[in-house]
Amino acid sequence: MAQNKDVIEPTMDEQSGTIKEEKQISKGIKVMTTKEFKHQWKQQWVLIIIAAFYVIYGVLFYYVPLVGWIMGFQNYKAKDGIFGSDFVGLAKFKFLFEDKVFLEVIRNTFAMGLLNLIFSFVLAIAFAILLNEIRTKYFKKPIQTISYMPHFLSWIIVTGILHDALSLNGVVNELLVALHILKEPISFFSIPALFWPIVTFANVWKETGWNAIIYLAAITAIDPSYYEAASIDGAGRWAKIKYITLPSIKPTIIILLLMNIGNILNAGFEVQYLLENGLIQGVSRTIDVYVLKWGIGQNDFSLGTAAGIFKSVVSIVLIVIFNQIAKKTGEERLY
Amino acid sequence: MKNWLEGFKRMSKADIVFNICNAIIMILFCIITLYPVLNTVAISFNNGVDAVRGGIHLIPRMPTLQNYKVVLGMQSITVGAVNTVLRTIIGTLLALVANALLAFIVSRRNFLFKSSLSLFWVITMYVNGGMIPVLLLYKNLHLTNTFWVYVIPGMISAFNMLVMRTYMKGIPDSFEESAQLDGAGYITIFIKIISPLCKPVYATVALFVAVFQWNSWFDSMLYNRMADEYTTLQYELMKLLSSAMQQGGSATGGGNVGTGANVVTPVSIRSAATVVTMLPIICIYPFLQNYFVTGLTIGGVKE
Repeated sequence: MAQNKDVIEPTMDEQSGTIKEEKQISKGIKVMTTKEFKHQWKQQWVLIIIAAFYVIYGVLFYYVPLVGWIMGFQNYKAKDGIFGSDFVGLAKFKFLFEDKVFLEVIRNTFAMGLLNLIFSFVLAIAFAILLNEIRTKYFKKPIQTISYMPHFLSWIIVTGILHDALSLNGVVNELLVALHILKEPISFFSIPALFWPIVTFANVWKETGWNAIIYLAAITAIDPSYYEAASIDGAGRWAKIKYITLPSIKPTIIILLLMNIGNILNAGFEVQYLLENGLIQGVSRTIDVYVLKWGIGQNDFSLGTAAGIFKSVVSIVLIVIFNQIAKKTGEERLY
Repeated sequence: MKNWLEGFKRMSKADIVFNICNAIIMILFCIITLYPVLNTVAISFNNGVDAVRGGIHLIPRMPTLQNYKVVLGMQSITVGAVNTVLRTIIGTLLALVANALLAFIVSRRNFLFKSSLSLFWVITMYVNGGMIPVLLLYKNLHLTNTFWVYVIPGMISAFNMLVMRTYMKGIPDSFEESAQLDGAGYITIFIKIISPLCKPVYATVALFVAVFQWNSWFDSMLYNRMADEYTTLQYELMKLLSSAMQQGGSATGGGNVGTGANVVTPVSIRSAATVVTMLPIICIYPFLQNYFVTGLTIGGVKE
């Protein structure tokens, strides 16, 4: 049976045309004779040597740190090193999951990651669609330029600006008092319930215009004849958005959603670290902040590494799961 | 003007309402985006002690250049500025060459290892050792407390490489083939044939890397905390931010730097430093819009 398959498959590949072309070539390599290989090598030795440098560099800076994961299963001591420290099995992980602070940290990371994801997505798509509806070039272009601007500011600058705007005599308090929504200015950064909305707002403020770029490009690529046909059928602006624009950019939305879900746990570091204070640390600390403060700050490398491993593993699992879901529903997928 | 009015007349009522609402939303969006930045600019030109009273919006109440004089006179800021400029230039050049060459070899159609080498780098996008193992590695490689930690480890980014690869794959084979017939080797093809055709995508990646380098602060804090000579502008700004935050943003005593009649506060100094830090990028980005739009579209839609 197996032999039969081997015979049949290449012919099938040939029939199905260009997409299979790459596979065919890679199959061809396996059966390549030494003579052919020598010829390829002679031709490509420059490329192979360059590739070797890239592999060395990549192994050193991206794969060697994975060896450090061993620390998560050790009681790491700097004087003994990675290969001399005692192994303690899953003790560090057990400690983490019994630590009330770490459970809080997991909740904060997921909550802020999810809030960011949802609001960034919805608002970027909404902004792209609304901007696309503006027909006057002289109005559209400046808005677009302004919308990118915050993306180019560092989080240091953004948190500084945010801190000013939300301070006791900042513009937000001023506005809320003038509108009689507040009786007197409040200190935004001392109220735990407000921290997640503030972080979400900061992300939305910084990235909405930037995130909208891809959707705008996707919208521009839609065939105008669809809209013309819809106009003839008497469709209004909303109907066109709902039945033409949104379905057309659906593949883009799905692929970006997939890319971002894997990053959900990465989205929580700079803002939280920079805006943190003692009053709100219960809701502000994320996994990365925890690694920095407990792992590096307190020199408990094992605990910090264990927390980092947890984060990486969850991220990868999320990517794989959502990729499978996309595959099942027949949508675009990442890999 | 007449045309515009005519067009307005032809619109249905629903269209007019939609357009007006949309315009209002967009204007509000622009105000929310611009106001906080312009407010910081106003505070940076205002007398520090006066600014503490609040109520400054877009125009300084007591204009002064004192904040800038103090900021530009701080040694840490000037050292940081030099390092930031250096890392932006060197880091961008290194990243450009490294990513372009990698993209070039993995985009050669008959290269033996093109798929495996691509996969090797794509994996690095999703799997990494984490903060502590990386820190230990850099320590062991003696990269901590050096300038090189800014530009060597992050040189290759799989995302930028994929953007370049996609672009290079779009270049017709005939260019390479005719050069090969003339006896050109791969290096010559890369430098003389492919690179000139890739100028737009090179510009895009250069822009991404330059912005990243300019805005980085975490590496200065984590790897070069003890080496003041390698501090960066953003890290110094971060220190100013935390000192301003500790003052509650409104205290007049404590951290003030008094120079006679002109007194600056942590907040006013920080505002001036913020403006100095963001000015170069804000002046440049509007002219490079086409480049980053292209890059994001290639990177997001095709990969």
